[in-house]
Amino acid sequence: MDEPLNLVLFSGTDDKLQAVAVLTAGAAALGKPVNLFLQYWALDAFTKAKIDRDHGLAPEAGPEGRAAVDALAKAGQASWADTLRMAKELGEVDIQACSLSMDLLGLEESDLDPLVDGTEGVTAFYLNAGEGQIVFI
Amino acid sequence: MADQQVDARGLNCPMPIVKTAQAVKGMASGQTVEVLATDAGSVKDFAAWSKTTGNEMVEQTTDGGVFRFVLRKK
Repeated sequence: MDEPLNLVLFSGTDDKLQAVAVLTAGAAALGKPVNLFLQYWALDAFTKAKIDRDHGLAPEAGPEGRAAVDALAKAGQASWADTLRMAKELGEVDIQACSLSMDLLGLEESDLDPLVDGTEGVTAFYLNAGEGQIVFI
Repeated sequence: MADQQVDARGLNCPMPIVKTAQAVKGMASGQTVEVLATDAGSVKDFAAWSKTTGNEMVEQTTDGGVFRFVLRKK
């Protein structure tokens, strides 16, 4: 379990970020290190201004998917941001913004939620990923 | 009687495991935690968590839709 799990986050919709949070928290509970690399619309969702907003769902969700997701939230399911905060307390979870996406979106590190540990380029991401799996979401 | 209790009834995956891992983090080696969960994945998840982390599954029972686990910290 020593090799990290490496998730590249591209999509910024709440359903995909929820899936990321579940995968991350599960790995943290097992003692597996996790690296999250935030690109494009996922990075946008981690800004202070937007993290608590509704980020919509993937197009395939449709109205029934929307209703199902709302029902889980109403039943007390933690938000993806809160689940990630728990995962960070529990284990070794490093969240890095992609420097290219920072430029693309015109962001400074001070614009990002404290969940984000820093900014790095893709080479640093690969180095930290080691021999661990890389999953693109 | 276990040293710690975690009531994860009504919580979805992965919260039963996350709450348990949080509790175990604050326990001493050899202490036990009793967990109640209703998530359908719990039985396989707790078996996997026990196997991977080395925290021993001491007891496992099911009562209606409630799964009960007692784990001992490594």
